[in-house]
Amino acid sequence: MLLIRCPYCGLRDESEFSYGGEADIARPLEPETLTDAEWADYVFLRTNTKGRFREQWVHAHGCGRWFTLVRDTVTHAHGETGVFGGVEPEADG
Amino acid sequence: MQRYSIFSLARNALTGHRNWPQAWRSPAPKPEYDVVIVGGGGHGLATAYYLAAEHGIANVAVLEKGWLGGGNTGRNTTIIRSNYLWDESAAIYEKALQLYEGLSRELNFNIMLSQRGVLNLAHNEHDLKEMARRVRAIRGNGIDSEILSPAEIKKLVPAINVSKDMRYPILGASLQRRGGVARHDAVAWGFARGADARGVDIVQNCEVTGIDRKGGRVTGVRTSLGPIKAGKVGVVVAGHASVLAGMAGFRLPIDSHPLQAMVSEPIKPILDCVVMSNAVHVYVSQSDKGELVIGAGIDSFNSYAQRGSWQIIEGQMGALVELFPVFSRLRLMRSWGGIVDTCPDASPILSKTPVEGLYFNCGWGTGGFKATPGSGWAFAHTIARDEPHPLAAPFSLDRFTTGALIDEHGAAAVAH
Amino acid sequence: MSGPQFRLPADTLPDGRIDREAPLGFSFNGESFTGYAGDTLASALLAYGAFPLARSFKYHRPRGIFGAGAEEPNALVQLETGGYSQPNLRATQIELYGGLSAASVNAWPSVDFDLMRVNDWLSPIFPSGFYYKTFMGAGVGAGRWWRLFEPFIRRAAGFGRAPTAPDPDRYERMNAHCDVLVVGAGPAGLSAALAAANRGGRVILVDDQTEPGGDLLAGDRRIDDAPAMDWVAAALERLGAAPDATVLARTAVAGLYDDNFATAVESVGDRFGPGAPDHLPRLRLWRIRARQIVLATGAHERPYAFANNDTPGTMLGNAIRHYAGRYAVVPGRQALLGTDNDSAYRTALLLARAGIPVTLADARETPPSALADAARQAGVDVEAGCAISAVLGDRRVRGAKIGRVLPDGEISGALRPVEADLVGVSGGWNPALHLASHRGARPVWNEAQTCFVPDDLTALGLRTAGAVTGAGSLADCLEQGYAAGRDAARAAGRTKRTRKPDLKTDDGAAGAPIRPLWAVTGRQPGSRRGKAFVDLQNDVTVKDVALAARENYRSVEHLKRYTTLGMGTDQGKTANVIGLALMGVETGRSPEAVGTTTFRPPYTPVPFGALAGRDRGALFDPVRETPMFDWHAANGAVFEDVGQWKRPYAYRRDGESLEAAIGREVRAVRNAAGVMDASTLGKIDLKGPDVVTLLNRVYTNDWETLKVGRARYGLMCHEDGMIFDDGVTARLADDHYVMTTTTGNAVTVLNWLEMWLQTEWPELRVFATSVTEAWATATVAGPEARRLVSGLDSDIDWSDDAFPHMAVRTGTVLGAPARVFRVSFSGEASWEINVPAHCGPALWQALIDGGATPYGTEAMHVLRAEKGFIIVGQETDGTVTPHDLGMGWAVSKRKDFIGKRSWSRPDTARPDRKHLVGLLPLDSGTVLPEGGQIVADPEQEPPVTMLGHVTSSYKSPSLDGSFALALLKNGRNRMGDTVHVLRLDEGADAARVVAPAFYDKDGGRMRG
Repeated sequence: MLLIRCPYCGLRDESEFSYGGEADIARPLEPETLTDAEWADYVFLRTNTKGRFREQWVHAHGCGRWFTLVRDTVTHAHGETGVFGGVEPEADG
Repeated sequence: MQRYSIFSLARNALTGHRNWPQAWRSPAPKPEYDVVIVGGGGHGLATAYYLAAEHGIANVAVLEKGWLGGGNTGRNTTIIRSNYLWDESAAIYEKALQLYEGLSRELNFNIMLSQRGVLNLAHNEHDLKEMARRVRAIRGNGIDSEILSPAEIKKLVPAINVSKDMRYPILGASLQRRGGVARHDAVAWGFARGADARGVDIVQNCEVTGIDRKGGRVTGVRTSLGPIKAGKVGVVVAGHASVLAGMAGFRLPIDSHPLQAMVSEPIKPILDCVVMSNAVHVYVSQSDKGELVIGAGIDSFNSYAQRGSWQIIEGQMGALVELFPVFSRLRLMRSWGGIVDTCPDASPILSKTPVEGLYFNCGWGTGGFKATPGSGWAFAHTIARDEPHPLAAPFSLDRFTTGALIDEHGAAAVAH
Repeated sequence: MSGPQFRLPADTLPDGRIDREAPLGFSFNGESFTGYAGDTLASALLAYGAFPLARSFKYHRPRGIFGAGAEEPNALVQLETGGYSQPNLRATQIELYGGLSAASVNAWPSVDFDLMRVNDWLSPIFPSGFYYKTFMGAGVGAGRWWRLFEPFIRRAAGFGRAPTAPDPDRYERMNAHCDVLVVGAGPAGLSAALAAANRGGRVILVDDQTEPGGDLLAGDRRIDDAPAMDWVAAALERLGAAPDATVLARTAVAGLYDDNFATAVESVGDRFGPGAPDHLPRLRLWRIRARQIVLATGAHERPYAFANNDTPGTMLGNAIRHYAGRYAVVPGRQALLGTDNDSAYRTALLLARAGIPVTLADARETPPSALADAARQAGVDVEAGCAISAVLGDRRVRGAKIGRVLPDGEISGALRPVEADLVGVSGGWNPALHLASHRGARPVWNEAQTCFVPDDLTALGLRTAGAVTGAGSLADCLEQGYAAGRDAARAAGRTKRTRKPDLKTDDGAAGAPIRPLWAVTGRQPGSRRGKAFVDLQNDVTVKDVALAARENYRSVEHLKRYTTLGMGTDQGKTANVIGLALMGVETGRSPEAVGTTTFRPPYTPVPFGALAGRDRGALFDPVRETPMFDWHAANGAVFEDVGQWKRPYAYRRDGESLEAAIGREVRAVRNAAGVMDASTLGKIDLKGPDVVTLLNRVYTNDWETLKVGRARYGLMCHEDGMIFDDGVTARLADDHYVMTTTTGNAVTVLNWLEMWLQTEWPELRVFATSVTEAWATATVAGPEARRLVSGLDSDIDWSDDAFPHMAVRTGTVLGAPARVFRVSFSGEASWEINVPAHCGPALWQALIDGGATPYGTEAMHVLRAEKGFIIVGQETDGTVTPHDLGMGWAVSKRKDFIGKRSWSRPDTARPDRKHLVGLLPLDSGTVLPEGGQIVADPEQEPPVTMLGHVTSSYKSPSLDGSFALALLKNGRNRMGDTVHVLRLDEGADAARVVAPAFYDKDGGRMRG
């Protein structure tokens, strides 16, 4: 069970979090201008990186905030977190 | 190939079993093959076998980075069934089941297919409605499936708790009597021995590190044992499909997750069929050795580590003991993890790719073992003819562009 | 059984850890025995001799106790009976309690006479993997042979039996955090725990034995010129005095997981058996999160193989030492020890002190002189360059043969018989690196020690100390323990300085290196008789390993899987390394090149009950009840589970059938007034200036035009264009909306909104708050509903002019603040009255008192189906778009929203997709089966062409006859067609395709 550092609450057990998959998949601003293949790329295709992977988690049974985490998908070693939309954490637990 | 039989066993007993031949050779790879199969699991070995046996293509190498059958083939809970909702799924899984039914004889290797029945439990009104739909669709496809009452379930599985005072009482179940289990390693070994006897080179400890292309066409692979040229390359690497796709320059609609499984200590027979419950998330059968073989859902996060997290195990043990209170004092002997490649629609990919001569067979998620011979059969055809076998066609990659998904997640568990 | 004749008389040796003042009676296979407090079942039984107490897995050969702990392969027993029964426990790990009752497993009719022994004599045709080579079936009916044989094989396999009754015991969980977790309380572990505690760290020391001490429990070691157990006692005292150190005995660490998460199982009430005090849980599962971990898990002795090395009375050398020193038991009168390393000398000396004649066959040509001299001085017959070739006897050791052994394990020259009834074998030590392996450590081959040791794991916060590193001397164990404990505490941020203790040990003069011996084989007549076992539990012999090599099952994993080596309940603790080394010998590879299989959790087996903990029965999953639950329960409600909620399915009156109740409820709503508890619907408060933008993006329809005081129905899709939820959202104020969701999706939808708001659209100023439990909701519906709600004490004007359909009003009802939605899922005029949760029962009672008939979910389903209203999850299954349902009216063409783009993909844009239609059975008395598959040709043989399925089907109390909703391929273009719905067994029912609306099609009633 991972011990994840929520940027807002500090270290918590994995069971407090929900997983949100690969990070950095931006929703296209004008979907109607995309080809079917480009749309499929956004909706379905994933890099599914083996190694250092930027992913999204939400502290579901905690503060409810989403954040990004860099985790190695081979060793499960993880560290760097990032927050969305410039909402900076107030304190680190 | 020396044929196996009770007579050959007796004959070899006289010489102290000192004259058995190798089940398969361990040749060094040749510089070039007609077809290279990447991945020496059950699906890859089956593909090679059917290429040789059905399509006369024997100049084939199977390249395995570790030991054959060492990926999900050797890590799954060995359940075989074909009770799928959609026609396309039913067709390929039923083909697989039919091949399984003759496989020990076909391969002259006992895969210990045990058609002891697969029971899928329903725990609420929504489950019951889903089950009714599923059973009727399955029967429409000519596949055996029936609905059992709690009393009938109890008769079939005396150890189960069908009382009303469970948190989620068992309200009914569907049963596929032809479903069951088989010895997973034997499936890999049987196909390996059969393919080897037909001239296929099985090369273990040979990791593919690159896929060579020229003008949009595959020309071979680079490996830890040097480059190997190939007219066609079939990639069958459960758990690493995205990595291989990356080598060929494209992405797949796949996420790789840990899937954990576990066994109890061996006990005398207590459970004579496979019991699965999606609602409380656990499935269990008893192996011929006597171990209870237990599985559940995937870990939520992406991983290539072949291990998962603890809370998953606690959750499924709670579910198991809830279903089988008499199992509470039995003991967990060993747990392990595999890497499952999951697709958004919970259906596999058997497909040509953007690279000519390169084919992918992947995305079987948590349920690939039951498909092994059918998958190999359809994939061999797809490679040999360079066009999808009708069983494989619905599972091509372009379904994610056209929208023709085969969504086996079924209904979201929602009701007003 | 003739008395505990193998218990050493008091004063022969120091009495170790048993209490002769506390005798305990117990029974085994129905016979009565007596042991002492401090005994294990194994030591208490060995006091009566090394008799067979088990049968082996495959050949059913008689087996006795082989080891002294978790490594025991043979002595599996069934402990207790009925609900307390537990199969496959190792006698070596069962702490003796008064009244204990145990029995042999896997033997029929008895352990003394087992008919399945026939397998042993037939073994020439049953080599490893024989089942892969036969039973394939020939000719017709392939697989038939296996079907015939499988039940026999299954019955022969397995060991003990599952209990016959549910588990009467209770299991608990404990969460703990610490700076340093030390696993193993032998000299290294104690030393590590002390060092870490002295640095001020929070320390947890865990050990699976009944008390700390590890190898020192054998009682023959000295520290600082005193018995080593005195040092152990002092160490425990100091740990007890430390500010934050916890010592857990009888606690086995089962597994290590990511980020130093450890699970351990503590035996609490279990050691008292069925008579345990009620307040004690049987077991306690510890979930420990440690900043740093020190593994001082020791090592397991391994044997080497020789003919009949499974005969009862053959044991691990060090196990004999422990039984003698710790339990005052030596199960023999005359001992033969075989060794290839130094460790057997301590056993020999201890046995000599106990007055047992000992022959010590040391495979090394030149045994270390200091040890050999000391042994000879004590009367031990040391035979250099010799190894055990075979044991004589079947059910008991009757003697043995030794001979001069060549480097490859061959015996050269004549065999010498040795009189012995106890045989100990010491083939070296396997560090217990299992837990390190759980964290991904690769075992590294240490050629000098001839064993696999764990890799350096400091980067993961994991250190090793003592025998697990291959350390042999007590001094090294103490020293490594201190260093590991100190460094771990420092890494955990505990910086208090400590001083290294200076301890004097009795290690004595330097010994000699091990001469690795895996199996002793022989060419001379007689030496091939008898099996030489590598894996005792799974009956894997030296020949089986050779067969696997011959057949090219050469990978260590293939070896394991083909022969079942190491797959038993001991997971090969004594067998694995010999097996892989022999595979190396067969294939010309070093053990390192062969490699090991991966150790997986748990280290020793863990009862399922301990893993499930209290998450059973009612606590398996939380039960959610609405505020009106008690009324429902008291008034005949039949509940259904919807997610975690208990919802009334229908309210049965005395003597009424469920079907009749549902019909009555439906008629009440159609003809008078009904009330339903809708509190479970998800309710999400949305506040902020950008709510309308959010709604526009997540719903398929347009929200710009929704005015304050009005409500609107919406559909939500995923990006794949498929519906995943629906519900009504109302605008309470300019920047305040309340969204309702389906019961099952309440959490999912809130998470969905939050995900988009936080990760994709952080610029939107919206707060989303779940208020599902804050409000109780009663839906009043029917032609009499307005009269009924008008009678409530309320400031709301209920007239149609003031409060039209799809309007929302806030005010007070019965003095409580209320939100009322005029929406209808039943097709009748209908008000959803929301009041604060605690006011729900009063509101409900007032409505009942006013004459409303309570109705449940099934009546609601019938009512809405008559109107053609969908249920997400019933009319949809994740493959259905709004257009498929004919709900284009709920789709905006003017804006983008989640999922829209997917609709223009070729398959999703097809005009002949499955559409929602109505079906009217031609025979109006027939209720079409829900889930029934629709076909054009009912005579077609399977596989049939299925055009869709019936999603909802009812006999309508409101209409004449039955009706159904269905998803039908190209359905909207088949209006008026006749289709057929297959029955489950055979035949089909014909039905006409109609529009999916059956009742009050213009909606006049709900607007009335």
